[in-house]
Order: sequence, then C-alpha cells, then structure tokens
Amino acid sequence: MNKEWPIWEVFIRSKNGLEHRHCGSLHAADAEMAIQNARDVYTRRQEGVSVWVVESKNITASNPTKNGEMFEPAADKVYRHPTFYVLPDEIKHM
Amino acid sequence: MENKTLSLDDQFQERIDRGENIEAKDWMPEKYRKTHIRQISQHGHSEIIGMLPEGNWISRAPSLRRKVALLAKVQDEAGHGLYLYSAAETLGISRDELMEQLNSGKAKYSSIFNYPTVSWADMGAVGWLVDGAAIINQVMLTKTSYGPYARAMVRICKEESFHQRQGYEIMLSLCNGAGVQKAMAQDALNRWWWPSIMMFGPRDEESPNTEQSMKWKIKKKTNDELRQQFVDQTVPQAEILGLSIPDKDLKWNEERGHYDFGIIDWEEFWNVVKGNGLMNEKRLKDRNAAWDEGQWVRNAALAYSEKQVERKAKKIA
Ligand SMILES: [Fe+2]
Ligand SMILES: [Fe+2]
Repeated sequence: MNKEWPIWEVFIRSKNGLEHRHCGSLHAADAEMAIQNARDVYTRRQEGVSVWVVESKNITASNPTKNGEMFEPAADKVYRHPTFYVLPDEIKHM
Repeated sequence: MENKTLSLDDQFQERIDRGENIEAKDWMPEKYRKTHIRQISQHGHSEIIGMLPEGNWISRAPSLRRKVALLAKVQDEAGHGLYLYSAAETLGISRDELMEQLNSGKAKYSSIFNYPTVSWADMGAVGWLVDGAAIINQVMLTKTSYGPYARAMVRICKEESFHQRQGYEIMLSLCNGAGVQKAMAQDALNRWWWPSIMMFGPRDEESPNTEQSMKWKIKKKTNDELRQQFVDQTVPQAEILGLSIPDKDLKWNEERGHYDFGIIDWEEFWNVVKGNGLMNEKRLKDRNAAWDEGQWVRNAALAYSEKQVERKAKKIA
C-alpha cells in the first residue's frame, strides 16, 4: 500500500532574538525527516538558526467565519491604547 | 437561497476590491478555488519538469563554478515546486493527486520545457530568457490575492534573480570567447527566443480567462503587457552580448515607447501545448520513472517511522 507522507508545518527563527515564524509546509515520514527537509527546503540561504516542525493535523485553527465574535470585541476597547489618555503636553517620557 | 449565494460572492469580491488577501480557511467561490488549484499546480509542475532540461547538463558543465551554480539552481527549482505544491494543498488537493495529474499527463506545465537543451549555451539562454520571463510573471504574482500563493511567490522571487544572472553570465562568457563559442550563444538565442516570448501565453484577445483573473486579482497584468515588458527589457541585454534577436520586425517604436515585434507562430505554440513538442513524451517518461523508482524509498521511510512509534509505545508500556 502506498501511503502519502503526512504534512508538517514549518516554523523558522531567522536569528536569535527573533521569534519563530511560520514559513510553509512540507511532507515527511516523521519529525526527524521533517526537520531535515525543512532545512533543505526553507534554509538554503541561511534563512534560519532554528527550526520547529509540527504535524499539520495537530494544529487547531480559529474559524474565519466566526471572526466577528472572535475579534470584534477588541475593536471598541480604545482604553487599551495609550492614546486614549489625555495628558498635558508638558509631560515627558510617558 | 439564490440571493444568499449571490451575496457571498459579492462580499468576496468586495474583499478582493479592498485589496485584502484571501487565506486558506476563508470562504471562497468554488471557481476561485478551482482556478487556483489549476494555476498553482501547473506552476508547481513547471518548476518540477523544469529541472529536467537543466539537470541534463549538470554532469557536463564546463567548470566546477558552472556546475555548482547549475546544481544550486536546479535544487532551487525543486524547492519552488514544493512551495507551490504546499500552496495548492491548502486548497484541498492532496500531493498524491497532484503527482497523479502530472504523471498521467492530465495536468499541464509550461510548454517551454518541451524544447530540448542541445548545447551548453542553452543553459545560458534558459537562465537568461526562460527564468527571465518567469520572473516577470512571478513578480506580478507576489501581489496575487490568494495569500499562500503570494507568499510562495515572494520566496521564489528572492531566489530567482541568481538564476537569471548565472544564465546571462554563461552567455556573456560565450560571447566574449572564440567565434565558435559566440556562434553557440547566437544559436541558443535563435532557438529560445520565440518559445520564451510564448511563455506569457496567448494574446489577450484569445485569453478568455484573463478578465476573471484580473477581477479576482489573480493576475494584475495581461499576457500581452507582460510579454511587452519582457521584450523591452531583453532587447538591450542582447545588444550588450552583441547577439541579434531572430526577429526581423523587431524595432523601437518611438511613439509607443516600446519595441514592436513580429508575429508569434501560435500554431507551434498550440501544437506543443497539445503534447506534440519535441520533448513532451520524454519529459513525462522521465518524470514517471523518477516517481516510480522513488516509491520504495517513500514506503520504507514510512514503515521505519511507524516502527519507531511502535517501539516507543512498547518502551513506555
Ligand atoms: Fe523557479
Ligand atoms: Fe528559476
């Protein structure tokens, strides 16, 4: 029986001090091979110093059709931003 | 019912018009999905098949410098194929289905790869012209509306410019060499010029999908606009090489601010698209052989990983 290799999502840290970022996906038989393949596919020009892989099926994603109830509540909470607070111009370093 | 579908389509179009990107899990019209699966997979297949005419020359590159460059380029093309297949897979087609469509001949890939690479100068001409034409198309596609496709294009474009430069450098060396070497370069240009400008596809009036593609911002420029851009940028490059482009109607049009060029042999174009090019059969045969001969490796790797999982489970128990 010929079975397809599972899909893995690849995250790369481009240099220390920066976060890992999703950069794409690939197929691999297991985690170790996924790391090797990620190296060959996504870091051929020193694009990374660290690689994370996770099998795609293990990712739970929010549902874009529910974006309203998910993200809109933050829209009217302007008091979470510094510009909401009115201070005199003489105040420095704040 | 009818109304609801219509309004979803309209909402979708509004998002596109606002310049929003569409992401994998977003609602999209079935036709948008299908068009993208077809276009992205054809693009991916072109990268994969595109390795064959150049892979053909790796072992015969004239120097180590040329050899590592060509090897790196062909490896990049494999990567491009993978980025694109990954993007297509976000739309719900599996890698195995993609491979089946390519290997069975059901899927199309760029016809340019159905021309033979008969001399070393062809490695120069392919990098310069074929990658050059691909770059023009791909730069446009970095702004395409489907997010995963656009991101794949950004990555690809970063890698492509070395492809074209290494090709042009090969041409430059040949043109600065002995007479026979320059003649090789001219011969390669003669054979690759027309197929290269055909790469942008049929004329706008004969490209029925263009309108929808523009509306959905899959494409931002028409085939003829892209082709003109390619001709305009390539003619001066040929002049620097001291080569002449095999088109007697090619001349600068002061009024238009563009080069005019001769009539493309569309009969040849469609003939190659339909599978009657010199190399169509060979390319598919090689592709199928690579796939079939790799099957045991894919099976073995999977069996090995399954065994590792079992062993781990036993150890824990
Ligand atoms: Fe490429
Ligand atoms: Fe390329």
